[in-house]
Amino acid sequence: MKTKPSNNEFTIKIANVNGTGSASANGLLMKSLFRMGIPVVGKNYFPSNIQGLPTWYEIRASEKGHLARSGRIDIMIAMNAETYKKDLADVAPGGYLIYDSTWPRHSLLNRDDITIFGVPLSKLCNENFSNARARILMKNVVYVGVVAALLDLDLDVISQLLNETFAKKASLLEANQLAIRMGYEYAKTHLEAPLPFTAKTSNKTDGYIIIDGNTAAGLGCVYAGATVGAWYPITPSTSLMDAFKGFCEKLRKDPETGENNYCIVQAEDELAAIGMVLGAGWAGARAFTPTSGPGISLMSEFLGYGYFTEIPAVLFNVQRCGPSTGMPTRTQQSDITACAFASHGDTRHVLLFPASPEECFYSARDAFDLAERLQTPVIVLSDLDIGMNDWMCKTLAWDDKYQPDRGKVLRAADLEKMEVFHRYKDVDGDAIAARTLPGDHPTGAYFTRGSGHNLYGAYTEDAGEYQQVVDRLRQKWETAKSYVPKPVVEYQEKNNIGIISIGSCDEAVREAIYELGKEGLGINYLRVRAFPFNGQVQDFIDNHDKLYVVEQNRDAQLKSLLCLELHVDDEKLVEILHYNGLPTKASFIIDAINQDLAKGEAA
Amino acid sequence: MSFMKRPAVRHPKLPVNDLGLTVRDYEGGMSTLCAGCGHDSITSALVEAAFKLSIPTHRFAKLSGIGCSSKTPAYFLRDSHGMNSTHGRMPSVATGANSADRSLYYIGVSGDGDSLSIGMGQFAHVMRRNLNMLYVIENNGVYGLTKGQFSAAADVGSTSKKGDANMQPPIDPCQAAITLGATFVARSFSGDKEQLVPLLMAGLQHRGFAMIDVISPCVTFNDHEGSTKSYEYTREHYHPAIMADFVPPAKEILARYDEGEAIPVQMHDGGTIILRKLDKSYDPTNRISAITNLMSSQTAKEITTGLLYIDESQPDMHELNNTCQTPLRDLPYSKVCPGNDVLQKVQARYR
Repeated sequence: MKTKPSNNEFTIKIANVNGTGSASANGLLMKSLFRMGIPVVGKNYFPSNIQGLPTWYEIRASEKGHLARSGRIDIMIAMNAETYKKDLADVAPGGYLIYDSTWPRHSLLNRDDITIFGVPLSKLCNENFSNARARILMKNVVYVGVVAALLDLDLDVISQLLNETFAKKASLLEANQLAIRMGYEYAKTHLEAPLPFTAKTSNKTDGYIIIDGNTAAGLGCVYAGATVGAWYPITPSTSLMDAFKGFCEKLRKDPETGENNYCIVQAEDELAAIGMVLGAGWAGARAFTPTSGPGISLMSEFLGYGYFTEIPAVLFNVQRCGPSTGMPTRTQQSDITACAFASHGDTRHVLLFPASPEECFYSARDAFDLAERLQTPVIVLSDLDIGMNDWMCKTLAWDDKYQPDRGKVLRAADLEKMEVFHRYKDVDGDAIAARTLPGDHPTGAYFTRGSGHNLYGAYTEDAGEYQQVVDRLRQKWETAKSYVPKPVVEYQEKNNIGIISIGSCDEAVREAIYELGKEGLGINYLRVRAFPFNGQVQDFIDNHDKLYVVEQNRDAQLKSLLCLELHVDDEKLVEILHYNGLPTKASFIIDAINQDLAKGEAA
Repeated sequence: MSFMKRPAVRHPKLPVNDLGLTVRDYEGGMSTLCAGCGHDSITSALVEAAFKLSIPTHRFAKLSGIGCSSKTPAYFLRDSHGMNSTHGRMPSVATGANSADRSLYYIGVSGDGDSLSIGMGQFAHVMRRNLNMLYVIENNGVYGLTKGQFSAAADVGSTSKKGDANMQPPIDPCQAAITLGATFVARSFSGDKEQLVPLLMAGLQHRGFAMIDVISPCVTFNDHEGSTKSYEYTREHYHPAIMADFVPPAKEILARYDEGEAIPVQMHDGGTIILRKLDKSYDPTNRISAITNLMSSQTAKEITTGLLYIDESQPDMHELNNTCQTPLRDLPYSKVCPGNDVLQKVQARYR
């Protein structure tokens, strides 16, 4: 946005070296704003490394509630000499930069159009802390104190947060409180604090929480009744299983025996992780695996197996930058087509596209219900931006009347009344046949095989019998359309331009629509939430002359899928593609739309 | 043809087990393997073992990978669920199924191609987990379904049907298993049912990972002169070291054993294995000497068979995980969903 910062509308970026413990200081700063009632979002740009490489954290505060990446920096805290030059250049004209003035800067590194504040962070810490580690860590807390003075933050809020965080660590609490005061007082004495724009107490965060998508998805799996989790560590999905495990340790211990009402297996690789999920699904448990793009590549063989043998399974693909190893700590939405058709042969998978941590939580529930109802693997496509960044979301709520949809499962009592059971026979006309679970009843026994099978489950190489099964699978895909979540649509008849988008683009798209609306350009919006697409997506396309398809990959994967699966005049669809690894931003979308419209006028 | 039912003709005097069932009740579909295939003998040994243990016919889960051996779960225990998974991946599917329902008897059937090449990783790790299952490798040293390529179990110098000699060292599944954490390791021969059936029974009762490597000659591609996995070669170099007699729980030990040669091993869930030492130098309860013994017999071109290693004291995957006794898949939803009140409390830390 070209707009200037104002009260409660600004972005702070902290440039640091990874491994120096800045995460908790940055979290403290963001949460203080949140506790003051100001909507915030935190974006962490971190390296695929443990210690020593550059890392950035960006906090955007927006009273208006625009919580995509802002794309402009009003306050830069430049803690990393290595990236100083670039960090200096990134500050918006009129903005501020804070650096550690303990050591001199290169005289050439200066700018006339911003204000530069030197704060002797290291010196202050060296004077006040004796422990070497504390001297490094506390520099981060001191800059929070500096920002608190500059933005006139409520010190009671910060103090309360520290009390909560370090309730059981008195020495750390004292050190943190001291560091905040040091920074605050230094800024009050030596700098022009407060700045012309500040943080004012507001009320826009009541009923909200700050959470990342992986934590929300892990919690969702607990609530959805998942009992088996198998996984292989891979960035950026690892924290999903960490969260599931953490919640299970608190919420899933049998109160009487102390035993675990869950089983988590760290597999030897992704091939095994998906095998375990399918084995558990086959045996009747709700089972899942979190992974990322490279994991999906490895799991593809088994995904085809799960599709053909009709075994429920839930996968979370927290997407990162591809291809190959790509950039493991950067975000992208580039696994859409890979997931839709993962595996050889005629294979297609049900996909869900959450757009926020809140939707990750509810997607977990939906994914398990769909997987069991449709007896097939379901992949939830989140991404690094949603999965690992802190988003502001509506407080999560659970309907205590909810019961899992286990789909068509015949248990011992049902089988006792039956003479024969045929695994793949469509009795109800919805192309979904009943399944049975091992060990329940002799009548329910059948043989699961990835080789050609007929509707009785028996091996076949017969042309007709084989085709009968794969045709029913295609028909089941049609059934799936009535079960998957419908798109989110914002539609006004007077608008003939629309945006179709997906997942984590949502905040940026909404902000772009808001800004363009102020300029008099009305745009409708549809966000797909699932594959297969249902009828509403077709209607939306039919009802517009021009549609911008906004997504975060190079090859317009969502657009390709729309053209492949729906009736689309592809001239109507204009690609807006953001794929450099950073989350997309409103200004990028606005510029793309303006350029396209200008091109139309010129022609 | 695996769905073809065998004729339900029963001899009226067929013996019955404790459940009143005959051995025919434990059979499966017709085999489609070559006549004389060692695998079919193993299938019938499995049928006999299950029958003798008097386990209800539907309380097994049969899992396999891909290959000739992996077809066999269709040929036994027709009342139990079976799953022919993908090549080399059966251990992971078995792990998942066992996670979901720990109460079943898991039988994995694999081959030397399925376990020792594409599936070596999963084979290794399922043993590290000490998953409670019986894992049978039907070992013929050759890829049958793709017509006679060497497998990783082929011995150095063993020749193919065309006459080429294998020059790469073999992987011995038993040595691998003992090294990697299996707690019940045996070798047998498809042609020695007397040895194999009690081993399978004991393996099924063992709490933890029971690996049985069964030399099972491929009559079509690896039963010629020059092959070290032929019927003839196996019989010539066969060296039974430890015989194991399985005595089910609540049965009296009737057979007599000479003092000093019989070691009773109490199974975790009841029952006893009586180990009879044919080779006095062999101690199947000592991991290091078991491996040493196997390595020297390999050098001597002996096929040492019997219960090669047993450790009943190690915890299995569920014990290590502290999983509840109720199969997870049968936990009522009310027991796994903490409810909205708890959800509201959980979120305090996110405000």
